[in-house]
Amino acid sequence: MSERNKPRFATLWLDGCSGCHMSFLDMDEWLLDLAGQVEVVYSPLVDTKAFPENVDITLIEGGVASHEDIEKLLKIRARTKTLIAFGDCAVTANVPAMRNPFGLEAVMKQVYLDSDAIQPQVPNLIVPQLLDRVVPVHRIVKVDVYIPGCPPSARTIKAVVGELLAGRQPDVMALTRFGA
Amino acid sequence: MSPVPITTEPVKTFKINGQDVSARETESILQAARAHNIDIPTLCHLEGLSSTGACRLCMVEIKGSNKLFPACVTRVQEGIEVMTHSERLVKYRRMLMELIFSERNHVCAVCVVNGHCELQSTAQKLGMDHVRYPYLNPQLEVDASHERYAVDHNRCILCTRCVRVCDEIETAHTWDVMGRGIGSKVITDFNQPWGESETCTRCGKCVNVCPTGALFEKGKSVAEMAKQRQFLPYLVSRREAMIE
Ligand code: SF4
Ligand code: SF4
Ligand code: SF4
Ligand code: FES
Repeated sequence: MSERNKPRFATLWLDGCSGCHMSFLDMDEWLLDLAGQVEVVYSPLVDTKAFPENVDITLIEGGVASHEDIEKLLKIRARTKTLIAFGDCAVTANVPAMRNPFGLEAVMKQVYLDSDAIQPQVPNLIVPQLLDRVVPVHRIVKVDVYIPGCPPSARTIKAVVGELLAGRQPDVMALTRFGA
Repeated sequence: MSPVPITTEPVKTFKINGQDVSARETESILQAARAHNIDIPTLCHLEGLSSTGACRLCMVEIKGSNKLFPACVTRVQEGIEVMTHSERLVKYRRMLMELIFSERNHVCAVCVVNGHCELQSTAQKLGMDHVRYPYLNPQLEVDASHERYAVDHNRCILCTRCVRVCDEIETAHTWDVMGRGIGSKVITDFNQPWGESETCTRCGKCVNVCPTGALFEKGKSVAEMAKQRQFLPYLVSRREAMIE
């Protein structure tokens, strides 16, 4: 198959720890298979700056924590056919959302002002503005497939992506669960 | 083993999912279903404790009625036709699970019972792959004042198993429920810190019947807390033997 006809594949991480991407790399030799089956058009693992048009499958790791995350997501949704919430942070907001009950202001104060910093100040230049609450991807855009797990195992990712590439709907909850 | 008493109790015959079943008239639809290997999901129910109908997960339909019946507290009746997995029930159970998860703070990845949790495994079994409702993210306390155990209200689903085991089996009645609706919480004694409770015998029964990570042993880290329930059927059968 020529590069032009292969499904266009992308991955991205928002407010996550990169653990889901590490699990993705854990697919080891199947990555070579996958590389033969798809064209990787965007990912933290490849060197492309802008998210391209006409992407078939995008895996999103991480919760939505900032205004910048929202902008990225809206653009990616408009350009992706099958959007996958990849891992517990994307599906439930998980660990990043553990700040939610306390409110952003209290958390920033605790981290940047009350700690023993030499120059206590809350960063507000250049860095993206945080949302008051971290939310799951599906609260911002429509999600087509959910893969719970922290992180989902390499086996799970392989099974889900494999099924989707074969044009079938994967039975994800038979493979994984929250906290898996 | 205590001998099985010969019962003269009347037997009812009826249908579950089209299958003919029979049960003693004092049995619940849930007991009858389980005796016939028909699965009905439950959370608040625990064999050996009284049933309260707190979680509503065991709801079933009975032909001819529009109402839903909690199978754990509904007695069997002659000739009824019970449905356990209609489209409506499957939909409602999934909604119930999502509401439970949205109401408090569940972070399985860092939870003391990760991999040993009835709420978690039930969610998986019911195919809950995400929660459609907004998470409420309430600010709730963790009471670690007890020398051996702790209660994390973030993980409590208000099933009242702790209340029932402490009252019915340990007969200490340390636990109870305070407040109403979404503001409810389980309390020890008169809403005092657990460590200051004068009634708690430190038996740990509540910790072991709790289906979630809300009650746990101190010193256990993520995924280390597996609950031990063997004591419950044992104590119940000893007690029944004494009564007979
Ligand atoms: S109590 Fe169960 S469902 Fe809740 S966070 Fe812990 S493991 Fe997950
Ligand atoms: S440890 Fe025993 S006595 Fe204390 S609250 Fe739990 S069940 Fe009741
Ligand atoms: S503490 Fe555990 S047993 Fe008690 S009501 Fe909450 S979830 Fe149920
Ligand atoms: S198991 Fe019947 S209501 Fe909870």
